[in-house]
Amino acid sequence: MSEWWGYRLSDFLLFSPRAYWRLLELHNEALWPLPLLTLAAGLLAGGLALLRPKAASRVIPLLLAVLWAWVAWSFFWNRYATINWAAIYVAPIFALQAMLLFVLGGPRQVDPDGRGWWRAIVVTLLAVALLYPLLAPLSGRPWSQAEIFGMAPDPTATGTLALLLLTRARWCVLLFPIPVLWCLASGITLGAMDASLAWVPPFAALAACALAIAQPRKAARPRV
Amino acid sequence: MDFRQPTRRAVLAGGAALAASAVASPVSAQAPQVLMRPIPSSGETIPATGLGTWITFNVGNDPVLRDECAAVMAAFFEAGGRMIDSSPMYGSSQPVIGYGLEKLGSPPVFSAEKVWTSWGSNGPEQMEQSRRYWGVPHFDLMQVHNLLAWQDHLKTLYAMKEAGQVRYVGITTSEGRRHDLFEEVMRKERLDFVQITYNIVDREVEERLLPLARDRGIAVIVNRPFQQGDLTRRLEGEELPEWASEIGASSWAQFILKFILSHPAVTVAIPATTRVDHVRENVAAASGPLPDEAMRQRMAAYIEQL
Ligand SMILES: NC(=O)c1ccc[n+]([C@@H]2O[C@H](COP(=O)([O-])OP(=O)(O)OC[C@H]3O[C@@H](n4cnc5c(N)ncnc54)[C@H](OP(=O)(O)O)[C@@H]3O)[C@@H](O)[C@H]2O)c1
Repeated sequence: MSEWWGYRLSDFLLFSPRAYWRLLELHNEALWPLPLLTLAAGLLAGGLALLRPKAASRVIPLLLAVLWAWVAWSFFWNRYATINWAAIYVAPIFALQAMLLFVLGGPRQVDPDGRGWWRAIVVTLLAVALLYPLLAPLSGRPWSQAEIFGMAPDPTATGTLALLLLTRARWCVLLFPIPVLWCLASGITLGAMDASLAWVPPFAALAACALAIAQPRKAARPRV
Repeated sequence: MDFRQPTRRAVLAGGAALAASAVASPVSAQAPQVLMRPIPSSGETIPATGLGTWITFNVGNDPVLRDECAAVMAAFFEAGGRMIDSSPMYGSSQPVIGYGLEKLGSPPVFSAEKVWTSWGSNGPEQMEQSRRYWGVPHFDLMQVHNLLAWQDHLKTLYAMKEAGQVRYVGITTSEGRRHDLFEEVMRKERLDFVQITYNIVDREVEERLLPLARDRGIAVIVNRPFQQGDLTRRLEGEELPEWASEIGASSWAQFILKFILSHPAVTVAIPATTRVDHVRENVAAASGPLPDEAMRQRMAAYIEQL
């Protein structure tokens, strides 16, 4: 269509902020107490990533793959698509990320020494993802409209980036793009909605990219 | 009797004899007298305030918000409104309208829909899907949304009109987009309606499109009367001038709507709202006195200096 430059960002937003936050509320409500379970899965993944028992290398990507597939189907396909037809196209992209995590997501076993500050920032990023529900009251919304890791896309993408970094996953080049792009797209959407904390997902994604680049290279050869 | 086609009865009853600003019987006994405007191509009259659904009615399956939309529709019909405008572009707005119509027991709606697809061959299927969402036997008006694939769609629409599957044909644009092409299509096609943006601040259409619509006998639907809420929000803190009471405007929304409706080429303005009090206020703007030319100039000058 011609004259696309005559459009503003908000012209592409086809729902009101109220309809969007109510959608999250209905999502949490309809599936309760599943949000507690997905959050617990996030905590478990975080614990495994920090303590690094042997099982971590397989359990974390598997957990993440299941959550991405779940968000693709339950949030994008079943729910978000009712107010945003573009969600139909995002669902398969989230499903693709689930597959990538499943196939490529195994962590490298690395030497944990000498990266204290780096690790501290990544853990903070993970904490942001798991404490994401707090953003609801912080931006004046009720708890019932909270975005929860494993249920809503933004904390899921943020948490995934942090976990990929923590476990120093192989193939980050392939596993990063979808969560990063989602966080940027979400920031744009929230910005068009005038949401006060719209900067959080893009900021998290950019921080994750910076951390990936600044990753200490001292790692030992991966044991296979 | 099919309550969704009261407009046909109105044609028989009122006919072309009704003057541009004639006042017709309201839908219910309590409703105020609503300004009726004739559709030039048929002489049928319709209430001058309609209801838009972009964003406001896109509430998905949310039962609470769906009921709120139905309440807005109920207040709209009760106040004497008829035309509801939507598009396949508006997410779940179409099924939400359908929900409201069913809940309200098929009130007398004038259904204004759009076809919005780049492929002419997809048009009929899309329009049929829209019809199912609304739950109406057919649409009163079908418009080509933003002139998308307009040549192909107009061909289909003329055939549908011929076959009695749609009563009126139109095209839409908004916020000044593609006005040159829009004018060309208005000149060479047999349109019943055009839909454009017009309000007290965005007045470009006064130059060519509105006079052309008048000359060609095309009904005009005005979208974005409140600049999608920007205008009403901007005026919120400002005081309404005392003389607004001379034209019966008791709010900025009514002030703006009365300005729009007082243009002789305008048939219907279609503000969108999520609020029952706002929809009442908007429909009520299409009653009582309208500004004359001198008053219109005063109104525009007043807004400009704010
Ligand atoms: N190209 C096209 O075909 C095209 C393009 C644009 C629009 N349209 C049609 O035109 C319709 C109207 O345009 P629009 O929805 O973009 O914008 P609009 O009607 O200019 O503005 C809608 C906004 O105005 C506010 N509002 C409504 N009544 C009010 C009142 N009495 N007092 C204060 N605020 C009031 C509403 O907020 P509240 O909910 O708080 O009342 C809403 O946010 C659309 O819904 C759509 O059907 C068509």
